[in-house]
Amino acid sequence: MYKIGIDVGGTNTDAIILDKNSKLIHSVKSPTSLNIKTGIENALRDLLIEADIDKSKITHAMLGTTQCTNAIVERKKLAKVGVIRLGYPATASVLPYTAWPKDMIEKLSGNYALVHGGYEYDGQLLGELDEEEIRTLLEDWQDKVESIAIVGVFSSIKNDQELKVRDLIQEAYGEEFPISCSSLIGSVGLIERENATILNAALCRVIEITTKGFVHALEEEGIFDADVYLCQNDGTLMSIEYAKQFPILTIACGPTNSIRGASYLAKIKNTMVLDVGGTTSDIGVLQDGFPRESSVAVEVGDIRTNFRMPDIISVGLGGGSIVRVNNGKITVGPDSVGYRIGQEALVFGGKTLTTTDIAVRLGFADVGDKSLVAHIDEEFAKDVLFEISSLIEQAIDKMKTSSEDVQLVLVGGGSIIVPDKIRGVSNSIKTENGGVANAIGASISQISGQYEQIYIYSRESREDSLKDAQDKAVKQAILAGAVSDTIELVEVEETPLAYHPENATRLRVKVVGEMG
Amino acid sequence: MRYLDKEAIEHIAIGAAFLGTGGGGDPYIGKLMALSAIEKNGPVKLYSVDEIDDEDFFIPAAMMGAPSVLVEKFPRGDEFVKVFQKLAKYLGKEKITGTYPMEAGGVNSMIPIVVAAQLGIPLIDCDGMGRAFPELQMVTFHLDGVSATPMAITDEKGNIGIIETIDNKWTERIARAATVEMGASSLVSLYPTTGAQIKKSGVHHIITLSEKIGEIISSKDKDANGKLQELLRLVSGYELFQGKIIDVIRETKGGFNLGKMNLEGIEENKDENMKVHFQNENLIAEKNDQVVGMTPDLICLVDYETLLPVTTESLKYGKRVRVIGLPAHEKWRTEKGIETAGPKYFGYDYDYVPIEEMVKKVVVKHV
Repeated sequence: MYKIGIDVGGTNTDAIILDKNSKLIHSVKSPTSLNIKTGIENALRDLLIEADIDKSKITHAMLGTTQCTNAIVERKKLAKVGVIRLGYPATASVLPYTAWPKDMIEKLSGNYALVHGGYEYDGQLLGELDEEEIRTLLEDWQDKVESIAIVGVFSSIKNDQELKVRDLIQEAYGEEFPISCSSLIGSVGLIERENATILNAALCRVIEITTKGFVHALEEEGIFDADVYLCQNDGTLMSIEYAKQFPILTIACGPTNSIRGASYLAKIKNTMVLDVGGTTSDIGVLQDGFPRESSVAVEVGDIRTNFRMPDIISVGLGGGSIVRVNNGKITVGPDSVGYRIGQEALVFGGKTLTTTDIAVRLGFADVGDKSLVAHIDEEFAKDVLFEISSLIEQAIDKMKTSSEDVQLVLVGGGSIIVPDKIRGVSNSIKTENGGVANAIGASISQISGQYEQIYIYSRESREDSLKDAQDKAVKQAILAGAVSDTIELVEVEETPLAYHPENATRLRVKVVGEMG
Repeated sequence: MRYLDKEAIEHIAIGAAFLGTGGGGDPYIGKLMALSAIEKNGPVKLYSVDEIDDEDFFIPAAMMGAPSVLVEKFPRGDEFVKVFQKLAKYLGKEKITGTYPMEAGGVNSMIPIVVAAQLGIPLIDCDGMGRAFPELQMVTFHLDGVSATPMAITDEKGNIGIIETIDNKWTERIARAATVEMGASSLVSLYPTTGAQIKKSGVHHIITLSEKIGEIISSKDKDANGKLQELLRLVSGYELFQGKIIDVIRETKGGFNLGKMNLEGIEENKDENMKVHFQNENLIAEKNDQVVGMTPDLICLVDYETLLPVTTESLKYGKRVRVIGLPAHEKWRTEKGIETAGPKYFGYDYDYVPIEEMVKKVVVKHV
C-alpha cells in the first residue's frame, strides 16, 4: 500500500509518496498554478511517472491546502452568508459584522438576524426558540443567501437550539444546504466565535471546488479507490464530508504540516521546529507529536476569531533576506529577494547581499560560487551572523515555556543560513528531505475529535464531566473518519470561570485515532 | 469640553485596561459597544471636573458581574437608558447632568461612553477608583461616606429593581446575589452624586489619563523601552520586573477568580523571580520573596514587546511581560482607604507600605 501527500503552498505544490512503513519513496516540487486543479494534476502526474509504482496500491491520498486562507485574504469565491444569532433581546448592543472590513461584508452580502433564544452561563434558558420566527426569516432569505451561520449565546454549554435551527433550515432549503453551527467551530466569546462561524459558512464553495478538484485529479491519474482526506491545522486529517462542514479548519495547516513533518523526519515527538523559507521563517512547538495551540484570539483576514489555530510565530528572516548597513548599524530583512535569489544573491552572480551570501562566506553553507563572496570582510560577516542569530534566538525564546534549552529541528530551503550554535538551543538537527516536510506532515497524520463545554462540577462530578466530554469528542473523531477502537485521549484543558458561585469550569478534550 | 471620537475611545480602552491591573475585563466587547453607540449617536462630550457646577446631578454607570459572561452574553443596548431613568425617577430628579465610570477598567471605562452617547449627556472626566477593584464599596465616594444607594439594577431581559441598603457592604452583597440570578451580568447605576461630591471625592482626570496611556502604548514611532520610559513618567510608576510567566495557579472561590502566577526573570532580571497574587485584580507582587508592591497601589502587567495590558484571564505559560507598579490615588492611602482595599482586607497579613518606599528599600538592599 502507498500513501500520497500533496501540499499546495503559495509558491510551490509539493507531492510525495510514502510506502506502508511511511518511508519516503519519492517527492516532487512544482510551481503552484493559478488554477489549483491543474497545479495538483501536474504535481501528481510527475510524481507517479517518476516514482513508477503500482497505482492500484494507493490506498490514501491527503491534501493540505491554502485555498481557504487565500479566498478570505483575496475575498474571492466566498458565499453569501445569512447570520442567525440566537439571543435577542440580549446582545443587540453589538451587531453581527461590527468591526469587519467593509469590502468583506459586501462580499458576504451582510444578511443577519437577531432572534429569540440562547442560554445563560449555567445552562438555564435565556430565551425560548421561536420556530415561527425562524421560518418567516427563512422565507425572507430564500434566494438571498447561499449558506447560513447559526450562533447561540452560550451554545458551548448547550447547543440544542443551534441544532434545532439547523433542522428548520434543512426543512426549508433542503438537506444539502450548507449550514455552520458555532458550537462546533469556536470557543467561548460570542463575537469571535460568530466571526469564525461566518467565515466557515462563507468558505462552503471554495472547499467544494477544492475537494472536487482533488478527487478529479486523482481520477484522471487512475486512482479511484483511495480514501481521500484534507489536512486540518491541528496536525490531523478530516474526511471530505467533514471538510465540507468545517472548511475553516484548513486555515494554517501549512505550517502545522511542516512542523509535524519535521518531527517525523527527525523522529522526535517533543521539539521546537524552525522552518526557514526565502523571506520568512515559521516557528512552532510540538507537544507529544501535535502542534501547540494558540490561546489568544487570532485575526484571519483582519477579522478577529477564536477557532483553534496553531501557535506559530513568523519572523522576517529567510535565505533571501537582504543585508544592509545603515549609519554603521547592520540590518537583516525583513525584505528579501525572494524567488529571485538565483539571480540576485552575490554567490549566484547577482548584486544584492543576502543572508545566504554570509553563510557561504563563513563556510557553513555551500551553494553558488564562493569566490564571489571572498571579498567580504570576515569580521563584518561575523557581525551579520550575530544579527541573524539574535533574530532566531529571540523568536525561539518567545516560544519557550521554560528557561531550559530546547531541541530544534530545522527544515525548509532557507535553513542553510542558520548557524550550528544558537543560544537557548541544546542541539539543532537538520534533516534530509526537510524541503518537503510539509507534504510528509500531511501524509502521516491521524484523525482527531475535539469537544469543549462549560461544566458545573458541583452538579456533575469532574469524572462524569470528563467522560461526557470525551464521549462527545470521540463522536466527532468518528465523524471525521477515525476508526473507533484506535481512538485515544491526547489532551485535557480545564479553565475555571471567574465569579461563578458553583465552580464552573470550561473543559476541553481532544482525542485522536487512526484513519480507516 | 471636548469630543471623544473613535480614536479617543480606542486609546481610552487600552489605558483603562492598563489601570485595571489585570481585572476590569477585556475591553474588546466594551469597546465595540462604545464604538457602535457613537457611530449611531455621534461623538460624546467630555467635561473636566472644573467645568461642572456644584448643584449639578450625576449618576455613574457600570456593568457588574463576570467578564467571562460578558464576552458571551452582552447587553441589549437600552438597559442603560432604562436603569438611568428608573433611578432618576426614584430620586425625583428631572435632569441628570452627566455620567462617569465607577472604575477604570477595560469594560467599565466603556459603558459610560455608551450611556452618554445614547442619552446625549456629557461624560465627566473622573471615576470612583482610579483603577479597578472587585467590590462595590471599594470606591472613593464610599471613603468619604457617600451612600452607594439608592441604586438601580437591570438585565437584558427587562428585570429592574431599586435597592436601598443600610451600608455599602450590604449593597455589594445584595447586588452581587441579584447579579448572579440575572445570569452573572447586570447593569447598575449607583452612588448618585452632586457636582460638589464629585469635586471632593472623585478621582479626577482619569479618562484623560487613560487616553494618554493608550496613546503612548499604541504609538508606532517608539520602541518598547522608549514607550515604557514615557509611560512611567506619566504615571509616576516603576518597572518592577521583566519576566516570563512560568506557572499560573488558579481557583474559583466565593464568586471570585483567585490565583497566583510565578515569573522567571529575563533580560535585566535574569536569575531573579517574582510572584504576583491576584483576586480578579493583581494585589501583591513579591520579588525574590520580598514584597515590592501591594494593594491599593497598582500592579500592572503589560506585554513585554507591545506594552499592551495583560488581564488575569489571559495569563498563560511562556508569556513575556513587564510588571509595573504605580502609586494609588492618595484617597486610598488614608486609614479608611487601606482598611477598605489594603492587603489585610484581601487576606494578606502585611502592613501597607507605599510602593515608592518599598522600591527605595529594595534598591538600598541590593547596593
